Amino acid sequence: MERLFIILVLFLAVFAGHASEIEVCKTCEISSIQKAIDFAEDGDLIRIKSGIYKENGIQILNKSLKIIGENYPVIDAEMQGTALSISANNFSIEGLKIINVGKSHTEEFAGILVSQSRNFKILNNKLDNVFFGILLEKSNEGVISGNHITSNARSQSNSGNGIHLWNTNKVEIRNNKIVGLRDGIYLEFVNNSEISGNFCKDNLRYGLHFMFSDEDIYTDNIFENNGAGVAVMYSKFIEMRGNHFRKNWGSASYGLLLKEITDSKLENNIFEENTIAISADNTNRIEYLKNDFKNNGYAVRIRGACYDNFFKENNFLYNSFDIGYTGRLNNNEFTENYWSAYTGYDLDKNGIGDVPYRPVKLFSYLVNRTPEAIILLRSLFIDLLDFSEKVSPVFTPANLMDSQPLMKKVSW
Amino acid sequence: MLKILKYSFKDLSRSRWSYVYFFFYLLLGIVLLFLNNDLSNAVITLMNVIIILVPLIGTIFGVMYFYNSREFTELLLAQPVKRSSIFLGQYLGVAISLSASLILGLGIPFVAYGIFQSAAIWDFFSLLVSGGFLTFIFTALAFNIALSQENKIKGFGMAILLWLFLAVIYDGLFLLSLVYFQDYPLDKFSLVASMLNPIDLSRILILLKLDISALLGYTGAVFKDFFGTSLGSITSFGVLILWVIFPVWRIVKLSGKKDF
Repeated sequence: MERLFIILVLFLAVFAGHASEIEVCKTCEISSIQKAIDFAEDGDLIRIKSGIYKENGIQILNKSLKIIGENYPVIDAEMQGTALSISANNFSIEGLKIINVGKSHTEEFAGILVSQSRNFKILNNKLDNVFFGILLEKSNEGVISGNHITSNARSQSNSGNGIHLWNTNKVEIRNNKIVGLRDGIYLEFVNNSEISGNFCKDNLRYGLHFMFSDEDIYTDNIFENNGAGVAVMYSKFIEMRGNHFRKNWGSASYGLLLKEITDSKLENNIFEENTIAISADNTNRIEYLKNDFKNNGYAVRIRGACYDNFFKENNFLYNSFDIGYTGRLNNNEFTENYWSAYTGYDLDKNGIGDVPYRPVKLFSYLVNRTPEAIILLRSLFIDLLDFSEKVSPVFTPANLMDSQPLMKKVSW
Repeated sequence: MLKILKYSFKDLSRSRWSYVYFFFYLLLGIVLLFLNNDLSNAVITLMNVIIILVPLIGTIFGVMYFYNSREFTELLLAQPVKRSSIFLGQYLGVAISLSASLILGLGIPFVAYGIFQSAAIWDFFSLLVSGGFLTFIFTALAFNIALSQENKIKGFGMAILLWLFLAVIYDGLFLLSLVYFQDYPLDKFSLVASMLNPIDLSRILILLKLDISALLGYTGAVFKDFFGTSLGSITSFGVLILWVIFPVWRIVKLSGKKDF
């Protein structure tokens, strides 16, 4: 009987704890966020009214709290280190505006720093003038959604990433907008995560940067005018669907940089107006299905050691070079793609051209060796050269061809 | 001079060939636009046509016109008219009528298609400007050849050779030297070499509006810094204008000395 009573009391205590709500405002009893957190019990809700809170180094340690900002209360870190750091399970942070996070060469100051946590939500916050935006380390099972991160990164060495994940699993990053940082989203040792619907623009280095991250999916993101759109390095089992890479324009600029990637899949992506849409280096067993390459300098540039890649039903539209290739060996397969530069015919009207298409031009081989030769692009002499190479390949791999080029654009 | 220009122009506008030329461009423009439905692709195809065909037609037509109107020229020379105004008038007559065929022939289908509402208007404009320049340059070169060569067959041969050299062989030599000297810094050399040939120069001017600007950055800063800036485009147009002025000056000089 006595034990039952104790359990009942405990239950009540827990329930009472759940119900309690703490308000923070400038004229309230509790006027500082840190104080509210110190005061709160496990499972409490902290409601922050609008106003400016000049605080930094706010810490949540092992408390499952729910923090909600009303009308975007401003946390101004006054260029002094991290604004909010959390190490707890089952928490959520919603509707805050965090500004002025300090820069450092030795420490990674962030707007919101999450470490060794589990099951968290970071929703609809605004971050401006930050060093790192949202930084996660050794944390699992979270959602980062609807955040708007802006900054004014000028040099790579002196700026941080928008959303930075390190050693983290099962995180969803959805519908964030990231403008003007170093990397928009950076993932290192991040597995089984999903990145969708984000918009990364004007970032110094990459829109999205993968390192050593396996089995991730990224879909329906837009990468515009970044140093390079997306870099996927040293990863495997990545799925990329419905992304839009555009205007990554410049001397060392890519839409998508693939380096040491295996067993991945690219489907329904659109590459538009990039200097190099895809640069593939040391990539194996990748399927490229139903992508659109439109008005790029190079559509796909294949560097060394790329084997068993498979290109099917892609549209190559008005690129200066469809495929750039080094070496004479080819072990990649191109079939049933649409090439706008294809000049063959289809006598039996089955929708597949009767003459194979060779996407590698002799001129792209020449430009590889002597970059200055690009100035002769589209001149009559070069067209003659390309034609003779097409008739009898000498410098380009003879078996690199699409033996079933489509006559009509693939619509998907 | 204006009177002779007017006569030449009227004479040419009665000629079958101007109409053939005009209808060729009209047809080309219509086919490209209304069967293709992609404006930027149409502009690229047109560029290929313009940088190859316009110089060829300019040289051939110029030489042909000069030889055919020889009797009329001799008649004029018997009159108290300045020599320079006779030949300049004839030259301008040919060049203006050819450019008019080009601009009207391509302009009408593009205007009908709605170029003014399109973002490609500047691409198209640079296309027409380079086409006009090429016409003026190559007609002047043709007149130079015809003036210095009495023999018709030799004159035609030289005109075609000139076209072949500037349109094809020059680029071949250029590429060869690039590949041969690839261990040396070549950006300045290729910049100068491409400025010296009017066909290359107008090709680059059009391409800058299209796809090359992406790829130029790729080769190094020199191209991009040069062609991408207003200094670059001013210099390019300056060189094109020089390419017109120099042969025209030579027409005046040759015609003053020539014995008829």
